[in-house]
Amino acid sequence: MQFGIFSVGDVTPDPTTGRTPTERERIKAMVAIALKAEEVGLDVFATGEHHNPPFVPSSPTTMLGYVAARTEKLVLSTSTTLITTNDPVKIAEDYAMLQHLADGRVDLMMGRGNTGPVYPWFGQDIRQGINLAIENYALLHRLWREDVVNWEGKFRTPLQGFTSTPRPMDGVPPFVWHGSIRSPEIAEQAAYYGDGFFHNNIFWPADHTKRMVEFYRTRYAHYGHGTPEQAIVGLGGQVFMRKNSQDAVREFRPYFDNAPVYGHGPSLEDFTDQTPLTVGSPQQVIEKTLSFREYAGDYQRQLFLMDHAGLPLKTVLEQIDMLGEEVVPVLREEFAKGRPATTPEAPTHRSLLAAAQEPGAGEEVSAA
Amino acid sequence: MKLVVVSAGLSVPSSTRLLADRLAAAVERQVPVEVRVVELRDLAVEIAHNFTNGFPGRALAAALEAVTEADGLVVVTPVFSASYSGLFKSFFDVLDKDALAGKPVLVAATGGSARHSLVLDHALRPLFSYLRAVVVPTGVYAASEDWGAEGLPERIERAAGEMALLMTAGAPRQRDGSAAEAAGPVAEAAGSVVEAAGSVAQRVGAVPGPARSVAESTDSGFRVIPFEEQLAALRS
Repeated sequence: MQFGIFSVGDVTPDPTTGRTPTERERIKAMVAIALKAEEVGLDVFATGEHHNPPFVPSSPTTMLGYVAARTEKLVLSTSTTLITTNDPVKIAEDYAMLQHLADGRVDLMMGRGNTGPVYPWFGQDIRQGINLAIENYALLHRLWREDVVNWEGKFRTPLQGFTSTPRPMDGVPPFVWHGSIRSPEIAEQAAYYGDGFFHNNIFWPADHTKRMVEFYRTRYAHYGHGTPEQAIVGLGGQVFMRKNSQDAVREFRPYFDNAPVYGHGPSLEDFTDQTPLTVGSPQQVIEKTLSFREYAGDYQRQLFLMDHAGLPLKTVLEQIDMLGEEVVPVLREEFAKGRPATTPEAPTHRSLLAAAQEPGAGEEVSAA
Repeated sequence: MKLVVVSAGLSVPSSTRLLADRLAAAVERQVPVEVRVVELRDLAVEIAHNFTNGFPGRALAAALEAVTEADGLVVVTPVFSASYSGLFKSFFDVLDKDALAGKPVLVAATGGSARHSLVLDHALRPLFSYLRAVVVPTGVYAASEDWGAEGLPERIERAAGEMALLMTAGAPRQRDGSAAEAAGPVAEAAGSVVEAAGSVAQRVGAVPGPARSVAESTDSGFRVIPFEEQLAALRS
């Protein structure tokens, strides 16, 4: 099972000091967080993609390329790549390039983006969000698997005799996750391709996550990729820890109460009761995270949001230290218990390459 | 059949709830229904949190589900500032926009005087038209003085009668899909309901036709168009 960090990349004032980091500080902080993730033994770092303030990461492959050069093991991913407003041709090229530079340590999570005005800035319409995700990904999928593509669709200029360069490393495209919070159509899409499904559950109660994951698993099996239990599932989570849980609550409460995404609504207690947010001791984080398996089944990837609510970088890095030293080793051990041998790990470049080289498997990779 | 009563009264006891109960009882006398009352007062905080959180709390989720699964609704609001109350509107703001499509809805309101009686036609009816509900032709408005005057019981009975017809007309249609058959008797029974019964037929029309398959799973409750069809639709 993979554990990692995902960052939204928001520039949020620290409510306890009133200080807002500069864009440069925030960008550098995201890099520092990624490097810390590798240092403490986490598996994945994923960056968001946004094209409006107060967010900084508009150019994910630039950031991930820089992180790739400074890390050795970390898998670099996105949370999410906007499959609606980006040109799928540019996604194919950018991430294939990143894949080569990072020696295969790359995967992507597709997402639609829920900010209406961003769509027209890129010549699109949010009401076509699902259709854009479906058509653009269908093209991206082909661009990575067919050397010469002729293509015509509703949303993009037609292509005749187009070859996306560079070709994916070893002829194996990066693994793709499809992220969605409430659209079963996207779970259906992930199931159709046999891709991963990431339910970003951080603001949602367990029963909703359970329904979405259950639907994806059923459809994954329907499309013949394996049993429902073999479908590739990822979940989010967000935590704030201190050795004593009272200290965690006391320190985090002003952040929770004022953060644009949490504040001025439900109480910290209600929110932790109903969503994955855990504010407490490392042991409480362990227990809460292990409980995800009860409703999502054995899954492949757990990403934590750590740099939320305007927390200063120093605090975030301390949090990731605790995550890597005290939480994730226990989670690895506990999640492994009772996990059927037939439950796959999250696909990596190495595992996908091995699968492609198996006799009889080549067909799927080159012609799918 | 399930009748859900949504009452936005705030005081206890409330005249809004009183009117809601009278309407529910009148419908119950005409058709066998299982009545469930949703008191919005009890859900006020969860409704507000739904706006800030993006998801409903447990009690609100149960209420939204009950409304979605109802065969008919009685909705009653007090008049605040010349319209339905903010709480009443907020409840329907957090409800899925397709939840009421084709559903018979009896609209009613209470107020301090008869001067606001057109709130039914100027505020409630457009709201439920937008939600594609079948609004019962007779709405019921009760001002303070109506509780001691003639006319209110008759209006309640007439509205309940129309409601009962629409609920019974809708039910068999969902089972066998023969809209024309079911619409016939309704049209004969009450001329004023004919137009509304036509919209009930649209409910059947709105459901994907027999050629359309549906992807679903046993427990999730989601139903979506299978991926190949969704993709093919973009290529046509």
